[in-house]
Amino acid sequence: MSGLAVHMEGVGKDYRFFSLRDVHLEIPEGHIVGFIGPNGAGKSTTIRILMGLVHQDRGHVTVLGHPMPAEQAAAKRDVGFASEDMRLYDSVTLDWHMRFIRSIFPTWDETYAQTLLKRFDLRRDQRIKGLSHGQRVKATLLLVLARRPRLLILDEPTTGLDPVARHEVLRELSEVMGDDRRSILFSSHNTQDVEQISDQITFIDRGRIIDSRDKETFLDRWRRIRVELPSGIQLPSLSGVIDVKQTGRLAVATTNAYDPRLASAYESAGIRVHNIESMTLEEIFVANVQHSREGIQEGIEA
Amino acid sequence: MLSGIVISQTDRRPLYLQIMEQIKRRVAIGDWRAGQPIPSIRQLAVELNVSVITVKRAYLELEREGVITTQHGKGSMVAAHTDLGSRIQQQDLARHLEQAVQLAALLGLSTKELELRLREARHQMADAQKERS
Repeated sequence: MSGLAVHMEGVGKDYRFFSLRDVHLEIPEGHIVGFIGPNGAGKSTTIRILMGLVHQDRGHVTVLGHPMPAEQAAAKRDVGFASEDMRLYDSVTLDWHMRFIRSIFPTWDETYAQTLLKRFDLRRDQRIKGLSHGQRVKATLLLVLARRPRLLILDEPTTGLDPVARHEVLRELSEVMGDDRRSILFSSHNTQDVEQISDQITFIDRGRIIDSRDKETFLDRWRRIRVELPSGIQLPSLSGVIDVKQTGRLAVATTNAYDPRLASAYESAGIRVHNIESMTLEEIFVANVQHSREGIQEGIEA
Repeated sequence: MLSGIVISQTDRRPLYLQIMEQIKRRVAIGDWRAGQPIPSIRQLAVELNVSVITVKRAYLELEREGVITTQHGKGSMVAAHTDLGSRIQQQDLARHLEQAVQLAALLGLSTKELELRLREARHQMADAQKERS
Protein backbone atom coordinates (compact mmCIF):
# COMPACT_ATOMS: atom_id res chain seq x y z
CA MET A 1 0.00 0.00 0.00
CA SER A 2 1.25 3.47 -0.81
CA GLY A 3 1.52 6.00 1.99
CA LEU A 4 0.29 9.53 2.43
CA ALA A 5 2.25 12.40 0.93
CA VAL A 6 0.42 14.84 3.20
CA HIS A 7 -1.56 14.24 6.37
CA MET A 8 -3.18 17.06 8.36
CA GLU A 9 -5.41 16.35 11.32
CA GLY A 10 -7.34 18.84 13.45
CA VAL A 11 -5.07 21.66 12.32
CA GLY A 12 -5.86 25.19 13.51
CA LYS A 13 -4.20 28.57 13.47
CA ASP A 14 -5.51 31.81 14.95
CA TYR A 15 -4.88 35.31 13.68
CA ARG A 16 -6.59 38.46 14.85
CA PHE A 17 -9.11 38.55 11.99
CA PHE A 18 -8.91 35.02 10.69
CA SER A 19 -8.83 31.47 12.03
CA LEU A 20 -8.04 28.24 10.29
CA ARG A 21 -10.28 25.64 11.94
CA ASP A 22 -9.98 21.89 12.31
CA VAL A 23 -8.40 21.18 8.94
CA HIS A 24 -8.25 17.53 7.89
CA LEU A 25 -6.45 16.79 4.65
CA GLU A 26 -5.03 13.57 3.26
CA ILE A 27 -3.12 13.31 0.01
CA PRO A 28 -2.32 9.72 -0.97
CA GLU A 29 0.96 9.22 -2.82
CA GLY A 30 0.51 9.58 -6.58
CA HIS A 31 -2.54 11.83 -6.32
CA ILE A 32 -3.09 15.31 -7.67
CA VAL A 33 -5.18 17.47 -5.40
CA GLY A 34 -6.84 20.73 -6.44
CA PHE A 35 -7.29 23.13 -3.56
CA ILE A 36 -10.05 25.63 -4.27
CA GLY A 37 -11.34 28.52 -2.24
CA PRO A 38 -12.32 32.18 -2.53
CA ASN A 39 -9.83 34.92 -1.64
CA GLY A 40 -8.94 34.87 2.05
CA ALA A 41 -10.38 31.36 2.59
CA GLY A 42 -7.19 29.98 4.14
CA LYS A 43 -5.50 28.32 1.15
CA SER A 44 -2.17 30.09 1.59
CA THR A 45 -2.19 29.66 5.37
CA THR A 46 -2.73 25.91 4.92
CA ILE A 47 0.06 25.72 2.35
CA ARG A 48 2.43 27.72 4.56
CA ILE A 49 1.80 25.33 7.44
CA LEU A 50 2.68 22.43 5.12
CA MET A 51 5.93 24.18 4.21
CA GLY A 52 6.81 24.97 7.84
CA LEU A 53 6.67 28.70 7.07
CA VAL A 54 3.84 29.11 9.57
CA HIS A 55 3.50 26.90 12.65
CA GLN A 56 0.04 25.59 13.52
CA ASP A 57 -1.47 26.37 16.95
CA ARG A 58 -3.29 23.02 17.07
CA GLY A 59 -3.23 19.66 15.34
CA HIS A 60 -0.79 17.31 13.62
CA VAL A 61 0.88 17.70 10.25
CA THR A 62 3.12 15.26 8.41
CA VAL A 63 4.68 15.84 4.99
CA LEU A 64 6.20 12.80 3.26
CA GLY A 65 6.17 11.08 6.64
CA HIS A 66 7.99 13.89 8.46
CA PRO A 67 6.20 15.65 11.33
CA MET A 68 5.96 19.39 10.70
CA PRO A 69 7.39 21.78 11.62
CA ALA A 70 9.82 19.64 13.66
CA GLU A 71 11.41 17.83 10.68
CA GLN A 72 10.88 20.48 8.04
CA ALA A 73 14.48 20.43 6.79
CA ALA A 74 14.23 16.70 5.99
CA ALA A 75 10.79 17.06 4.41
CA LYS A 76 11.81 19.96 2.17
CA ARG A 77 14.53 17.97 0.43
CA ASP A 78 11.76 16.22 -1.49
CA VAL A 79 9.19 19.01 -1.68
CA GLY A 80 9.03 21.60 -4.43
CA PHE A 81 7.21 24.78 -3.52
CA ALA A 82 6.26 27.67 -5.76
CA SER A 83 4.04 30.59 -4.91
CA GLU A 84 3.23 33.98 -6.33
CA ASP A 85 5.05 35.96 -3.66
CA MET A 86 8.29 34.07 -4.20
CA ARG A 87 11.07 36.39 -5.34
CA LEU A 88 14.00 35.64 -7.59
CA TYR A 89 17.10 37.83 -7.46
CA ASP A 90 16.60 40.68 -9.94
CA SER A 91 20.23 41.47 -10.67
CA VAL A 92 21.36 37.97 -11.69
CA THR A 93 20.42 35.61 -14.53
CA LEU A 94 18.16 32.57 -14.66
CA ASP A 95 21.33 30.52 -15.20
CA TRP A 96 22.69 31.76 -11.85
CA HIS A 97 19.50 30.56 -10.14
CA MET A 98 19.68 27.20 -11.91
CA ARG A 99 23.28 26.62 -10.79
CA PHE A 100 22.36 27.74 -7.26
CA ILE A 101 19.44 25.26 -6.95
CA ARG A 102 21.56 22.53 -8.55
CA SER A 103 24.27 23.03 -5.90
CA ILE A 104 21.73 22.47 -3.11
CA PHE A 105 19.52 19.69 -4.50
CA PRO A 106 21.22 16.51 -5.72
CA THR A 107 18.03 15.44 -7.55
CA TRP A 108 18.40 18.33 -10.06
CA ASP A 109 17.91 16.96 -13.60
CA GLU A 110 19.91 19.11 -15.99
CA THR A 111 18.54 17.42 -19.13
CA TYR A 112 14.99 18.04 -18.00
CA ALA A 113 15.93 21.64 -17.11
CA GLN A 114 17.11 22.13 -20.72
CA THR A 115 13.84 20.71 -22.03
CA LEU A 116 11.85 23.01 -19.75
CA LEU A 117 13.82 26.06 -20.93
CA LYS A 118 12.73 25.28 -24.48
CA ARG A 119 9.13 24.43 -23.63
CA PHE A 120 8.68 27.51 -21.44
CA ASP A 121 10.46 29.66 -24.05
CA LEU A 122 12.98 31.04 -21.51
CA ARG A 123 16.63 32.08 -21.95
CA ARG A 124 19.07 31.11 -19.28
CA ASP A 125 21.43 34.08 -19.79
CA GLN A 126 18.67 36.66 -19.28
CA ARG A 127 18.61 38.73 -16.08
CA ILE A 128 15.50 38.29 -13.92
CA LYS A 129 15.01 42.09 -13.97
CA GLY A 130 14.12 41.96 -17.67
CA LEU A 131 11.51 39.18 -17.36
CA SER A 132 7.76 39.74 -17.64
CA HIS A 133 5.42 38.51 -14.90
CA GLY A 134 4.54 35.37 -16.87
CA GLN A 135 8.22 34.63 -17.54
CA ARG A 136 9.01 34.94 -13.82
CA VAL A 137 6.21 32.49 -12.99
CA LYS A 138 7.58 30.04 -15.54
CA ALA A 139 11.16 30.53 -14.32
CA THR A 140 10.08 29.78 -10.74
CA LEU A 141 8.26 26.64 -11.90
CA LEU A 142 11.28 25.51 -13.91
CA LEU A 143 13.51 25.79 -10.84
CA VAL A 144 11.05 23.62 -8.88
CA LEU A 145 10.16 21.06 -11.58
CA ALA A 146 13.75 20.31 -12.63
CA ARG A 147 14.41 18.97 -9.12
CA ARG A 148 11.75 16.30 -9.75
CA PRO A 149 10.50 16.51 -6.16
CA ARG A 150 8.19 13.81 -4.82
CA LEU A 151 5.67 16.40 -3.64
CA LEU A 152 4.87 19.62 -5.48
CA ILE A 153 3.07 22.33 -3.57
CA LEU A 154 2.00 25.09 -5.90
CA ASP A 155 0.14 28.20 -4.85
CA GLU A 156 -1.74 29.55 -7.89
CA PRO A 157 0.68 28.12 -10.48
CA THR A 158 -1.24 29.34 -13.53
CA THR A 159 -2.30 32.80 -12.35
CA GLY A 160 -1.18 35.57 -14.70
CA LEU A 161 -0.12 33.20 -17.48
CA ASP A 162 -1.30 33.57 -21.07
CA PRO A 163 -3.26 30.61 -22.51
CA VAL A 164 -0.23 29.13 -24.29
CA ALA A 165 1.93 29.29 -21.17
CA ARG A 166 -0.91 27.91 -19.05
CA HIS A 167 -1.17 24.97 -21.39
CA GLU A 168 2.60 24.36 -21.21
CA VAL A 169 2.52 24.43 -17.41
CA LEU A 170 -0.43 22.02 -17.26
CA ARG A 171 1.43 19.70 -19.61
CA GLU A 172 4.47 19.65 -17.33
CA LEU A 173 2.24 19.00 -14.32
CA SER A 174 0.70 16.04 -16.13
CA GLU A 175 4.19 14.64 -16.70
CA VAL A 176 4.24 14.14 -12.94
CA MET A 177 1.15 11.92 -13.26
CA GLY A 178 3.22 9.37 -15.15
CA ASP A 179 4.97 8.50 -11.88
CA ASP A 180 2.68 6.98 -9.24
CA ARG A 181 4.99 8.03 -6.38
CA ARG A 182 4.80 11.75 -7.09
CA SER A 183 2.01 13.97 -5.79
CA ILE A 184 0.82 17.53 -6.32
CA LEU A 185 -1.20 19.92 -4.20
CA PHE A 186 -2.12 23.03 -6.10
CA SER A 187 -4.37 25.91 -5.24
CA SER A 188 -6.13 27.82 -7.94
CA HIS A 189 -8.98 30.14 -8.78
CA ASN A 190 -9.05 28.63 -12.22
CA THR A 191 -11.45 25.75 -11.73
CA GLN A 192 -11.01 24.61 -15.31
CA ASP A 193 -7.34 23.78 -14.71
CA VAL A 194 -8.22 22.03 -11.48
CA GLU A 195 -11.08 20.10 -13.07
CA GLN A 196 -8.84 18.80 -15.81
CA ILE A 197 -5.88 17.37 -13.92
CA SER A 198 -6.98 16.75 -10.30
CA ASP A 199 -7.84 13.37 -8.83
CA GLN A 200 -9.17 14.91 -5.64
CA ILE A 201 -10.85 18.25 -5.02
CA THR A 202 -10.82 20.07 -1.70
CA PHE A 203 -12.97 23.16 -1.16
CA ILE A 204 -12.08 25.61 1.58
CA ASP A 205 -14.10 28.63 2.72
CA ARG A 206 -13.72 30.94 5.73
CA GLY A 207 -10.99 28.84 7.29
CA ARG A 208 -12.85 25.52 7.08
CA ILE A 209 -12.65 22.64 4.63
CA ILE A 210 -16.25 22.48 3.40
CA ASP A 211 -15.96 19.47 1.09
CA SER A 212 -13.24 17.08 -0.04
CA ARG A 213 -13.60 14.00 -2.21
CA ASP A 214 -12.47 12.45 -5.45
CA LYS A 215 -13.31 14.48 -8.52
CA GLU A 216 -15.45 11.92 -10.31
CA THR A 217 -17.69 11.58 -7.24
CA PHE A 218 -18.04 15.36 -7.10
CA LEU A 219 -19.05 15.64 -10.71
CA ASP A 220 -21.40 12.65 -10.35
CA ARG A 221 -23.29 13.80 -7.30
CA TRP A 222 -24.01 17.39 -8.29
CA ARG A 223 -26.85 17.79 -10.77
CA ARG A 224 -29.30 20.45 -11.92
CA ILE A 225 -32.78 19.03 -12.49
CA ARG A 226 -35.20 21.03 -14.65
CA VAL A 227 -38.84 20.19 -14.00
CA GLU A 228 -42.34 21.26 -14.97
CA LEU A 229 -45.01 21.26 -12.25
CA PRO A 230 -48.78 20.94 -12.49
CA SER A 231 -50.26 24.41 -11.91
CA GLY A 232 -50.56 25.64 -8.33
CA ILE A 233 -48.01 23.23 -6.88
CA GLN A 234 -44.74 24.01 -5.13
CA LEU A 235 -41.80 21.67 -5.67
CA PRO A 236 -41.77 19.29 -2.68
CA SER A 237 -38.55 19.47 -0.66
CA LEU A 238 -36.59 16.25 -1.00
CA SER A 239 -33.47 15.35 0.91
CA GLY A 240 -30.31 16.01 -1.07
CA VAL A 241 -31.81 19.00 -2.86
CA ILE A 242 -29.98 22.08 -1.64
CA ASP A 243 -31.46 24.79 -3.82
CA VAL A 244 -34.71 25.34 -5.73
CA LYS A 245 -35.54 28.18 -8.08
CA GLN A 246 -39.16 28.22 -9.20
CA THR A 247 -40.89 30.67 -11.52
CA GLY A 248 -44.47 29.81 -12.45
CA ARG A 249 -44.67 26.13 -13.39
CA LEU A 250 -40.97 25.70 -14.15
CA ALA A 251 -38.39 24.95 -11.50
CA VAL A 252 -34.69 24.17 -11.32
CA ALA A 253 -33.50 22.03 -8.41
CA THR A 254 -29.83 21.65 -7.51
CA THR A 255 -28.70 18.53 -5.68
CA ASN A 256 -25.38 17.49 -4.17
CA ALA A 257 -26.47 13.86 -3.73
CA TYR A 258 -27.91 12.87 -7.08
CA ASP A 259 -29.57 9.50 -7.39
CA PRO A 260 -31.89 8.42 -10.23
CA ARG A 261 -34.53 7.78 -7.56
CA LEU A 262 -34.75 11.54 -7.08
CA ALA A 263 -36.09 11.96 -10.60
CA SER A 264 -38.55 9.07 -10.15
CA ALA A 265 -39.76 10.63 -6.88
CA TYR A 266 -40.60 13.82 -8.75
CA GLU A 267 -42.29 11.90 -11.53
CA SER A 268 -44.45 9.88 -9.16
CA ALA A 269 -45.60 13.22 -7.69
CA GLY A 270 -46.87 14.21 -11.15
CA ILE A 271 -43.89 16.45 -11.86
CA ARG A 272 -42.38 16.20 -15.31
CA VAL A 273 -38.58 16.03 -15.42
CA HIS A 274 -37.34 17.85 -18.51
CA ASN A 275 -33.63 17.55 -18.10
CA ILE A 276 -30.94 16.37 -15.71
CA GLU A 277 -27.74 18.34 -16.25
CA SER A 278 -24.25 17.79 -14.94
CA MET A 279 -22.44 20.84 -13.57
CA THR A 280 -18.96 22.26 -14.06
CA LEU A 281 -16.59 22.37 -11.12
CA GLU A 282 -16.96 26.16 -11.06
CA GLU A 283 -20.75 25.90 -10.71
CA ILE A 284 -20.32 23.24 -8.03
CA PHE A 285 -17.80 25.39 -6.20
CA VAL A 286 -20.06 28.47 -6.11
CA ALA A 287 -23.14 26.44 -5.09
CA ASN A 288 -21.12 24.63 -2.44
CA VAL A 289 -19.79 27.85 -0.87
CA GLN A 290 -23.26 29.44 -0.88
CA HIS A 291 -24.82 26.33 0.63
CA SER A 292 -22.14 26.06 3.30
CA ARG A 293 -22.49 29.77 4.23
CA GLU A 294 -26.30 29.46 4.47
CA GLY A 295 -25.88 26.43 6.72
CA ILE A 296 -23.55 28.35 9.04
CA GLN A 297 -25.98 31.29 8.99
CA GLU A 298 -28.93 29.07 9.95
CA GLY A 299 -26.84 27.51 12.68
CA ILE A 300 -26.17 30.94 14.16
CA GLU A 301 -29.79 32.03 13.93
CA ALA A 302 -31.22 28.81 15.39
CA MET B 1 1.77 4.39 -28.32
CA LEU B 2 -0.21 7.62 -28.71
CA SER B 3 -3.99 7.34 -28.66
CA GLY B 4 -4.70 10.37 -30.84
CA ILE B 5 -7.70 11.17 -28.64
CA VAL B 6 -8.60 14.87 -28.55
CA ILE B 7 -10.62 16.32 -25.67
CA SER B 8 -13.17 19.02 -26.42
CA GLN B 9 -13.57 21.95 -24.02
CA THR B 10 -16.96 22.90 -25.45
CA ASP B 11 -18.42 19.41 -25.05
CA ARG B 12 -20.45 19.72 -21.86
CA ARG B 13 -20.37 15.99 -21.09
CA PRO B 14 -17.99 14.67 -18.43
CA LEU B 15 -14.44 14.02 -19.65
CA TYR B 16 -14.65 10.29 -18.93
CA LEU B 17 -17.60 9.96 -21.32
CA GLN B 18 -15.67 11.74 -24.06
CA ILE B 19 -12.74 9.37 -23.59
CA MET B 20 -15.07 6.34 -23.63
CA GLU B 21 -16.78 7.49 -26.80
CA GLN B 22 -13.54 8.10 -28.67
CA ILE B 23 -12.10 4.74 -27.67
CA LYS B 24 -15.32 2.98 -28.72
CA ARG B 25 -15.21 4.71 -32.09
CA ARG B 26 -11.62 3.54 -32.65
CA VAL B 27 -12.69 0.00 -31.81
CA ALA B 28 -15.89 0.16 -33.87
CA ILE B 29 -14.13 1.22 -37.08
CA GLY B 30 -11.33 -1.28 -36.50
CA ASP B 31 -8.42 1.14 -35.88
CA TRP B 32 -7.99 -0.60 -32.55
CA ARG B 33 -8.31 -4.33 -33.17
CA ALA B 34 -9.49 -7.07 -30.84
CA GLY B 35 -6.73 -8.14 -28.46
CA GLN B 36 -4.57 -5.12 -29.25
CA PRO B 37 -2.87 -3.50 -26.22
CA ILE B 38 -4.02 0.06 -25.46
CA PRO B 39 -2.22 2.81 -23.47
CA SER B 40 -2.03 2.33 -19.70
CA ILE B 41 -4.20 4.58 -17.52
CA ARG B 42 -1.25 6.76 -16.52
CA GLN B 43 0.10 6.98 -20.07
CA LEU B 44 -3.24 8.17 -21.40
CA ALA B 45 -3.63 10.63 -18.49
CA VAL B 46 -0.25 12.18 -19.32
CA GLU B 47 -1.04 12.31 -23.05
CA LEU B 48 -4.42 13.99 -22.58
CA ASN B 49 -3.46 16.19 -19.58
CA VAL B 50 -6.40 14.79 -17.65
CA SER B 51 -6.38 13.28 -14.18
CA VAL B 52 -5.59 9.62 -13.59
CA ILE B 53 -8.93 9.13 -11.84
CA THR B 54 -10.83 10.31 -14.93
CA VAL B 55 -9.08 7.84 -17.25
CA LYS B 56 -9.49 5.11 -14.62
CA ARG B 57 -13.23 5.78 -14.56
CA ALA B 58 -13.43 5.59 -18.38
CA TYR B 59 -11.50 2.29 -18.43
CA LEU B 60 -13.67 0.78 -15.67
CA GLU B 61 -16.86 1.63 -17.55
CA LEU B 62 -15.38 0.31 -20.82
CA GLU B 63 -14.51 -2.93 -19.03
CA ARG B 64 -18.04 -3.17 -17.66
CA GLU B 65 -19.41 -2.73 -21.19
CA GLY B 66 -17.04 -5.40 -22.47
CA VAL B 67 -15.12 -3.10 -24.82
CA ILE B 68 -11.74 -3.60 -23.15
CA THR B 69 -10.22 -6.03 -20.66
CA THR B 70 -7.55 -5.39 -18.07
CA GLN B 71 -5.22 -8.08 -16.81
CA HIS B 72 -3.20 -7.43 -13.72
CA GLY B 73 0.42 -6.78 -14.65
CA LYS B 74 -0.30 -6.96 -18.38
CA GLY B 75 -2.26 -3.77 -18.84
CA SER B 76 -5.39 -3.15 -20.86
CA MET B 77 -6.35 -4.40 -24.31
CA VAL B 78 -9.29 -4.34 -26.67
CA ALA B 79 -11.70 -7.18 -25.84
CA ALA B 80 -11.89 -10.17 -28.16
CA HIS B 81 -15.42 -9.43 -29.39
CA THR B 82 -16.16 -9.46 -33.08
CA ASP B 83 -19.58 -7.81 -32.95
CA LEU B 84 -18.39 -4.70 -31.13
CA GLY B 85 -19.04 -2.39 -34.07
CA SER B 86 -22.68 -3.37 -34.30
CA ARG B 87 -23.10 -3.35 -30.51
CA ILE B 88 -21.84 0.22 -30.38
CA GLN B 89 -24.17 1.21 -33.19
CA GLN B 90 -27.03 -0.43 -31.28
CA GLN B 91 -26.16 1.70 -28.27
CA ASP B 92 -26.06 4.81 -30.48
CA LEU B 93 -29.49 3.94 -31.85
CA ALA B 94 -30.90 3.44 -28.35
CA ARG B 95 -29.56 6.84 -27.31
CA HIS B 96 -31.02 8.64 -30.33
CA LEU B 97 -34.38 6.95 -29.86
CA GLU B 98 -34.41 8.02 -26.23
CA GLN B 99 -33.76 11.62 -27.28
CA ALA B 100 -36.52 11.40 -29.90
CA VAL B 101 -38.97 10.13 -27.28
CA GLN B 102 -38.02 12.97 -24.92
CA LEU B 103 -38.49 15.59 -27.65
CA ALA B 104 -41.81 14.04 -28.66
CA ALA B 105 -42.98 14.32 -25.04
CA LEU B 106 -41.97 18.00 -25.00
CA LEU B 107 -43.97 18.57 -28.21
CA GLY B 108 -46.89 16.63 -26.77
CA LEU B 109 -46.84 13.99 -29.54
CA SER B 110 -48.57 10.67 -28.94
CA THR B 111 -46.78 7.36 -29.55
CA LYS B 112 -48.83 6.91 -32.76
CA GLU B 113 -47.79 10.35 -34.02
CA LEU B 114 -44.16 9.61 -33.22
CA GLU B 115 -44.35 6.31 -35.13
CA LEU B 116 -45.78 8.18 -38.09
CA ARG B 117 -42.91 10.67 -38.02
CA LEU B 118 -40.39 7.83 -37.89
CA ARG B 119 -41.97 6.20 -40.98
CA GLU B 120 -41.98 9.56 -42.79
CA ALA B 121 -38.30 10.03 -42.01
CA ARG B 122 -37.52 6.58 -43.44
CA HIS B 123 -39.46 7.31 -46.63
CA GLN B 124 -37.74 10.65 -47.07
CA MET B 125 -34.32 9.01 -46.72
CA ALA B 126 -35.26 6.32 -49.23
CA ASP B 127 -36.54 8.93 -51.73
CA ALA B 128 -33.40 11.02 -51.37
CA GLN B 129 -31.27 7.94 -52.04
CA LYS B 130 -33.30 7.08 -55.17
CA GLU B 131 -32.81 10.59 -56.55
CA ARG B 132 -29.06 10.38 -56.07
CA SER B 133 -28.66 7.06 -57.82
